[in-house]
Amino acid sequence: MEHIVIIGNGISGVTAARHIRKNSDKKITIISAETKYFFSRTALMYVYMGHMKFEHTQPYENWFWDKNNINLKSGFVSKINTDDKILEFKDTSTLSYDKLIIATGSKPNKFGWPGQDLDGVLGMYHKQDLENLEKFAPNNKVCKRAVIVGGGLIGIELAEMLRSRKIPVTFLVREASFWNGVLPAQESELINKHIAAHHIDLRLSTNLKEIKSDENGKVKSIIIEETGEEIPCNVVGLTAGVTPNIDFLKDSGIETKRGVLVNRFLETNITDVYAIGDCAEQHEAIGQRRNIEAVWYTGRMMGETLAQTICNKKTAYKPGHWFNSAKFLDIEYQTYGWVFSERNKQENEAYFQWQHPKENICITISYDKNSTKFLGINTFGIRMRHEIFDKWLSENQSIEHVLEYLKDANFDPEFYKLYEAEIVAKFNQENNTNIQVKKKSWKRIFSKA
Amino acid sequence: MKLIKQTGLIVFLIGLSIFIASLFTGNFSFTEKELETYIAEKGYKSEIIKNELSKAIVTEENLNIFQFSSGVINAFENSNKHYNALIAKYNSEKNWTKKGEQYQYKIGGKPHSLSFELAKKAGKGFITENTGLAWFLTFGLGIIGALMFIVPDVVLLGKPGIKNDGIFLSAATNRGWIGWFAFIFLVTFYILLYFYPDFIVNWVYLVDPISKFISGNAASQWFLYGFLYCVVMTVMAVRMYIKYRHNKYQILRTTSVLFFQIVFAFLIPEILVRFEKPWYDFKNAFPLDYDFFFKWNIDELIASGGFGLFILVWGIVLTIVIVPVMVYFFGKRWYCSWVCGCGGLAETLGDPYRQNSSKTLLSWRVERIVIHSVLVFVLVMTSFALYTFFTEANQVLGIKTQTIQDIYGFLIGSIFAGVIGTGFYPIFGNRVWCRFGCPLAAYLGFVQRFKSRFRITTNGGQCISCGNCSTYCEQGIDVRSYAQKGENIVRSSCVGCGVCSAVCPRGVLKLENGPEDGRINPTDVLLGNDVDLMNLVNKK
Repeated sequence: MEHIVIIGNGISGVTAARHIRKNSDKKITIISAETKYFFSRTALMYVYMGHMKFEHTQPYENWFWDKNNINLKSGFVSKINTDDKILEFKDTSTLSYDKLIIATGSKPNKFGWPGQDLDGVLGMYHKQDLENLEKFAPNNKVCKRAVIVGGGLIGIELAEMLRSRKIPVTFLVREASFWNGVLPAQESELINKHIAAHHIDLRLSTNLKEIKSDENGKVKSIIIEETGEEIPCNVVGLTAGVTPNIDFLKDSGIETKRGVLVNRFLETNITDVYAIGDCAEQHEAIGQRRNIEAVWYTGRMMGETLAQTICNKKTAYKPGHWFNSAKFLDIEYQTYGWVFSERNKQENEAYFQWQHPKENICITISYDKNSTKFLGINTFGIRMRHEIFDKWLSENQSIEHVLEYLKDANFDPEFYKLYEAEIVAKFNQENNTNIQVKKKSWKRIFSKA
Repeated sequence: MKLIKQTGLIVFLIGLSIFIASLFTGNFSFTEKELETYIAEKGYKSEIIKNELSKAIVTEENLNIFQFSSGVINAFENSNKHYNALIAKYNSEKNWTKKGEQYQYKIGGKPHSLSFELAKKAGKGFITENTGLAWFLTFGLGIIGALMFIVPDVVLLGKPGIKNDGIFLSAATNRGWIGWFAFIFLVTFYILLYFYPDFIVNWVYLVDPISKFISGNAASQWFLYGFLYCVVMTVMAVRMYIKYRHNKYQILRTTSVLFFQIVFAFLIPEILVRFEKPWYDFKNAFPLDYDFFFKWNIDELIASGGFGLFILVWGIVLTIVIVPVMVYFFGKRWYCSWVCGCGGLAETLGDPYRQNSSKTLLSWRVERIVIHSVLVFVLVMTSFALYTFFTEANQVLGIKTQTIQDIYGFLIGSIFAGVIGTGFYPIFGNRVWCRFGCPLAAYLGFVQRFKSRFRITTNGGQCISCGNCSTYCEQGIDVRSYAQKGENIVRSSCVGCGVCSAVCPRGVLKLENGPEDGRINPTDVLLGNDVDLMNLVNKK
């Protein structure tokens, strides 16, 4: 029986294993050095915040793996011998495979800051990071202040986590406005204000110079690059992005750049070795996507796709329309299609924007200036229906069409206040159009195109 | 603000302590004359009960309720023992006439209920003399303290949004010592209420004036329960309003259950009594209202004329037509989390415990077996009851209808719905009864699963498997297991509380009523992945 070995038990590896099992009775082994059972990395924050226990982050009960005949092996792969198809582990044991899937995910970036390996310096990625945080920041008596370096999604989540235990947080962000490489200014500004409203000391355009140690090798303070200011703190969170976790592939002959290089079939340069998820890097970007996409959904989709190939239905990885979501403290964010920030948008891309006068609610619709084709939407504080936007994007609808039928796309809970009328009124006013909002129609929403 | 909150807690605990301590206060005794009047009222024919009771409770001594109760129960037991001995004696002498005569002297009823009735007339002391003040020191302080504890959260909890910080770090909500204490308190309360009402007679005194004001009668332990139920729900609804103030669905739903509890379950039935109509809760549908078709109930309804007949017809139409039709359009939530009293308590008092429901596959299996067994039980019992009603035969296939009714009332009506159903909130989550026991929920579940427009829609491929939805599902549904596969949730047990949707950080879940077509949507590959599906299907 063919033996499929998967290194990494995150969403990519586990999805691949599940789908291979659905379609075959191949022998499957998942290797992890982090935890025995699959858990949802995105939910680690909720464990620290007390919304959940760690066991709640595990989407499958412990019996699931035996029942589905998926072997779980703990161990750290230190070397891959692709000629003989053998994995060598740190403890010198070995395991042979017929097909190998590398799904080792990412690790937090460290940019060579002095003091970056001190006790109390941590990322927020692995289960071990959570354990460290529990050790170094159990409450605001042990941790009198924490400094977070890097203004991305993990950074703001870490800030929210620490604030849930009333630990004072200073948040250093390199950019002049939060996440403005991704978000349009209106939205970035909204988040800036929201961060401040949550009593987080947000320092924009600020870089870390060094982390200082006390006499026991623990964090004592940090120094800010621009001003030289010293901020005393007990924990430093490094959340300046992630990088593929592939150091163990050196000398394996598997071609890598920042990540493991793969073609559209997620194959590496070596036969029977594949890579999926955060650690995979496409030779050529797909559409407007990045070559490496460290996103939950893409990891899952690569797992779904590769399982088909492994089960003799060779299938190319073809992600559909881009979508994503996140939550910034209390503000939910969703995006469908492409909305680039002012910094990154093309010349033909225009915005239509609407913002609620008081609440943290706003949208940006990106469209083609010339053809009025709808390109993408960002919503803050409004939930939208994935299926509808996916359909509109596939149909190359215009922004006028999107606005006219916007009620169909709303996904907020029942009885929520709806803003389509205000949104469309603003568009009509700005563009001298006369779009009438259509009533929501179940028929349109649930009709399969 | 914190100070107000802490003071509130102290005030609440003082109120609670006085409430509990009040059980041990008061003197209970009768005068000869009062006793004679009572026995005449009850029409007891036993020649020795008067003597026995007189010995036990006509006294200058200060009897507390426990001494009083044991005296009364002894007296009734002695009286019945006496006649049982005579029955045995005449039986052995084969003196059938004499034997038959003895039965009229026996006194029926549960010992603690008999004792409750007497105690309700026999009490003297601080509570009966200063009921208003005593009410304030118990209920009053409890309410004020609880509100002082809850209301500062408007500020302390910060901006509107999901407020689940620290739930699994707190001894109150994570089955810690406070949770276990609450468990013991609630279980004890229900055991006293159902089986030892005489022990809580002092609490009943507290609400006498309110009962007299509404229905004109002195309070029973059931009035106390109804009043307490409304008070607890109201106070805890304030907590819901604050916790979910960003979520209009939760606000409206809370208002709705509160309205139906106070007006339909509490006020209307009591007012009906004032107008000498049968006590009836118009929203309480059979088979949750399990004694609706008992002979005594049907007899009583028929005896009370046109209005009674209206209730009889309404009760039948409610169960057979209104309830299922509404479930078709809105799902069972319209009943379970918008109207029902049990649901109302679960969604207010029980909300802090929702995360403690078990999500395992095993518990789902147990749930299906148990809840459907209760449904079968109630249906069999009801067919017995109807048979008895129409034929006047008091047994079917050699089994007494009364016995079956008594067993159901004890096991399901009292132990399961009350002691376990509410008492176990802090340990097994707030929907123990609704999930494992309620026969009406089982019935609505069938409709919801197989013929309804209701579903929880999963938003394409947006799920990140974080598990908030499953954790906070009070019904123990593993919501995530559907959401992460892109499948809608159409489970029969879902009561539509809407919390899964509220706690989802990615806007994945929406409760909605739509066309039946496409309501159940098994998916191979989630939305967002454009692998060629037709190709996949063809190759299979």
